[in-house]
Amino acid sequence: MIKIQGIRKRFRKMQVLSDINADLKKGQVIALIGPNGSGKTTLIKCILGLVKPDHGTIFCNDTDITESVDYREDVGYMPQIGRYPDHMKVGQLFNLVKDIRQRKKNVDEELFYKFKLDTIANKPMRTLSGGTRQKVSAALAFLFDADILILDEPTAGLDPLSSDILKSKIISEKEKGKLILITSHVLSDLEDLATDVMYLHEGKHLFTKSIGELHAQTGEEKLSKSIARIMRDQQKTETIYLKIAK
Amino acid sequence: MLKISRYVLYDIIRNKVMIAYTLFLLITSMCLFQLEENSSKAILSLMNIVLLVVPLVSLVFSTIHWYNSYEFIELMLTQPISRRKVLLSEYMGISSSFLTAILIGLGVPILIYEFNAVGLSLLLVGCLLSMVFTSISFLAAVKSRDKAKGIGVALLLWFYFSLLFDGLLLLLLFAFSDYPLEKFTLVVSSLNPIDLGRIFIMLKMDVSALMGYTGAIYKEFLGSNLGLIYTLVIMIVWAIVPVWLSLRSFKKKDL
Repeated sequence: MIKIQGIRKRFRKMQVLSDINADLKKGQVIALIGPNGSGKTTLIKCILGLVKPDHGTIFCNDTDITESVDYREDVGYMPQIGRYPDHMKVGQLFNLVKDIRQRKKNVDEELFYKFKLDTIANKPMRTLSGGTRQKVSAALAFLFDADILILDEPTAGLDPLSSDILKSKIISEKEKGKLILITSHVLSDLEDLATDVMYLHEGKHLFTKSIGELHAQTGEEKLSKSIARIMRDQQKTETIYLKIAK
Repeated sequence: MLKISRYVLYDIIRNKVMIAYTLFLLITSMCLFQLEENSSKAILSLMNIVLLVVPLVSLVFSTIHWYNSYEFIELMLTQPISRRKVLLSEYMGISSSFLTAILIGLGVPILIYEFNAVGLSLLLVGCLLSMVFTSISFLAAVKSRDKAKGIGVALLLWFYFSLLFDGLLLLLLFAFSDYPLEKFTLVVSSLNPIDLGRIFIMLKMDVSALMGYTGAIYKEFLGSNLGLIYTLVIMIVWAIVPVWLSLRSFKKKDL
């Protein structure tokens, strides 16, 4: 569904992405993993067209994404840090997005109600806490039943209960055969979600492997442990990330 | 596109600044018309206020509004909406709210006290200047990521157009006073929309008789119907080109 070909991006002197190639297919749940600053968010922003790559092309459903913006009809995006107009009320925000997508009906409001956003529909966005904002972002991403879901650190900042609601929602969407791209540093969260792991390191795409392959390669049962092992093998010096994986 | 413009417009109307601006224009023009015996004197004072205030408010307010609606713009761009649509509807939303402010704040008093060619040309110049300077502010805002820098650039541009430009022009005229510069000044004043607006209004008034030989040249050209069309075209070019340039750089921008 999404094909990434030779994406390169540099911000001033820093090469953020160098020659990324990937082919993401329907039904996959891809865990995009890498240390801080490895280019995960930039890659996601490239797919969304928020960041323009210096080289390379991205195809979504076989059309170049620079040709038209219609492909974003099929994309639900949950940003890492949701930034919304301050004075806008929660209810207004949802109405605005529905209005702009011209979709009044057949929207998926499951998360909207499960996160009890209907009870705070009259609160302005600026009064919301970080976690509640995160809930709003999640509910917006799932609102249009999009075939491609891009979730940037979905569970960061959510309380365990909400995190569980979101995870079970992701699983139920996965069963519908959607393409889901998740980045997260909480590897245990990805454990029961991911089918494949895409590993970025300093802007380079080191590998994409299915969970089965990873387990076979490392002989570890848990995703967090196998990732940790791979990192240990690859980068003896990279100690920071290991702490997180443990 | 209109849908997004409507949200922008709604957002601006809730913002009290636009209402204050409308009231300021309304009260100032009402007062001037009431106080001055001679209505053309009132128009002259009003013109000076309009030529100073309208560009300033358009530049600064639009620049700040752009930065404040950055989140809104980001949200729009994750939806299936092109960057072109987002930028143009922002522009339409802001400039239409300025036009409304001018039409109420200036239009109503002019309609009551001075409904003639001079009054209407002042109204027209007010509207055109709002569009021109909103457009210029977009260029300043899109080009600079930093808010303080963007607003600083907008203010500098205002200084340039309202103060510096006239000084430079005067310097030029002094330096080359031995040469016939009438046609030259005509062309150069097209480089500053405020000057063009001022000349355009002045020529509709009696005071234009006091402007000497250059005034006569101006009157002959800008006072005619051709001059009206010329002014309109130049002003519209001034309104379109900066927005177009900002659109070009906005399309390449990383958010």
